[in-house]
Amino acid sequence: MTLGIDDVKAIAHLARIAIDEETLPTHVKNLSSVLALADQLKATDTDGVEPMAHPLDAVQRLRDDVVTESDQREKFQSIAPAVQDGLYLVPKVVE
Amino acid sequence: MQWETVIGLEIHAQLSSQSKIFSGSAIAFGAEPNTQANAVDLGMPGVLPVLNKAVLAMAVKFGLATGAQIGRTSVFARKNYFYPDLPKGYQISQMDLPIVGPGEVEITLEDGSSKIVRLTRAHLEEDAGKSLHEDYSGMSGIDLNRAGTPLLEIVSEPDMRSAKEAVAYARTIHSLVRYIGICDGNMQEGSFRCDANVSVRLKGEEEYGTRTEIKNVNSFRFLERAINFEVERQIDVLEAGKSVVQETRLYDADLDETRSMRSKEEANDYRYFPDPDLLPVVIDDAFIDSLRSTLPELPAARRARFISELGLSAEDAGTLTADRELADYFEAAMCGGKVKAKLAANWVIVELTGRLNKENLSLADSPVDAGALGQLLQRISDNTISGKIAKQVFDAMWAGEGSADEIIEAKGLVQITDTSAIEAMCDEVIAANPSQVEQYRGGKDKLLGFFVGQVMKASGGKANPAQLNEILRKKLQG
Repeated sequence: MTLGIDDVKAIAHLARIAIDEETLPTHVKNLSSVLALADQLKATDTDGVEPMAHPLDAVQRLRDDVVTESDQREKFQSIAPAVQDGLYLVPKVVE
Repeated sequence: MQWETVIGLEIHAQLSSQSKIFSGSAIAFGAEPNTQANAVDLGMPGVLPVLNKAVLAMAVKFGLATGAQIGRTSVFARKNYFYPDLPKGYQISQMDLPIVGPGEVEITLEDGSSKIVRLTRAHLEEDAGKSLHEDYSGMSGIDLNRAGTPLLEIVSEPDMRSAKEAVAYARTIHSLVRYIGICDGNMQEGSFRCDANVSVRLKGEEEYGTRTEIKNVNSFRFLERAINFEVERQIDVLEAGKSVVQETRLYDADLDETRSMRSKEEANDYRYFPDPDLLPVVIDDAFIDSLRSTLPELPAARRARFISELGLSAEDAGTLTADRELADYFEAAMCGGKVKAKLAANWVIVELTGRLNKENLSLADSPVDAGALGQLLQRISDNTISGKIAKQVFDAMWAGEGSADEIIEAKGLVQITDTSAIEAMCDEVIAANPSQVEQYRGGKDKLLGFFVGQVMKASGGKANPAQLNEILRKKLQG
């Protein structure tokens, strides 16, 4: 599968990455080669091989339903760029 | 043209755990902003999510209650999108291999008929935080207390054909999650949220029409109104020769309309992939069996039992079993069969519920508990007091004046069943109203009610109504 310039722009937008127009062709080439590798892997016969959900042969550990965290708002908010009334402030979100 | 409505629902039920789905933060409602948002919830570097066992158990219980397949191996995935109330830039959810597979529920419609609605799946995910758009120095405020709150997303097949069916389905799920104790069902606080996928097609058409998704519906009444509005809108669009745009629409309860959410016009591309921070969740038979044994009698089964074994009407049985606490209260008020089911049902549905609604109280806050009401109902059953006097006693019990027996004793309300005493009172009333007696004997039967009323009044409401009627009738015939 080969990507076009518009595909790369869309991917960059979804990932919120700013890309210079002049570097676009390089990204198109690099990302396309990643997909080519994926295509190569896909061509392998995997009949009878169970899909692997995780590379570690282990299962998820569970925790008991207990509140173990205490309020550390002041510490977290001391490193935030802007706070008010206990809220983190961000550039205005328009719905 | 004959249009047919097609509706599928996505319900987000907030699970009633103590702590978050992947962290040990509390999830109490109404806490000060960001006091329940810690390193894992804020998506700080280096933190790892660890799944809450109770949350997993609740999802499995839901699967068992809907006859669904339980995913023995389930996988968490990242749903990627950017929004300020989603600190990590992704929501941990499930895509392939959800915890609960296909199941079904039976819904009862207004006309008493029932219908099966198929469930596609139910999966676990974390909630996002809250954005507050009031003006904070020209910025938006973010409260992340809700981030990481456990949700069970319950997805139905597009099996509903009207807004009423959709509401009946939503109510059924609402009742079920509260029965099995996995969600408090509080819609005002957002613990139970419904999104409706709505489309219309010509009757007889096989293919579904283009659908829209309605969000922001926080009551069953609004769900019905929002769907009805949306169906009308889509039909108007189609009959005007245009086509419906697939989009997300918000319901505005004040204007009673849905409108397009501009921010979602861009096609959603969430780029799901398995979350490398979480290993596959494997569930064994022992875990499932231990949960199966904790399931209570489910609403549908209880409703059927109330009808077949207790002889209640379908309507009463439905009302009582919609809420587990109410059904428990009703059964306790029957005092192990000493009170007839129909009597207990009437009192619970009419007197008790009416009073609670009037005073805006929940059942848990009722000043009269089931045992106390049961004692009162026994006094009706054994003819100690009449139903009318019982209401007076109930009022006194509500006001905290004591138990039914104490109040009956203290106020001297024991019913008069002594035939000679009732006869004496009847004689007095008849003697005092000669003209009415004449009219009655002249064929004005309706006057019997007048005499009954007079004697009742004279007895202070305490005369046994059945005896009184019989005695009066005989005496008036002369």
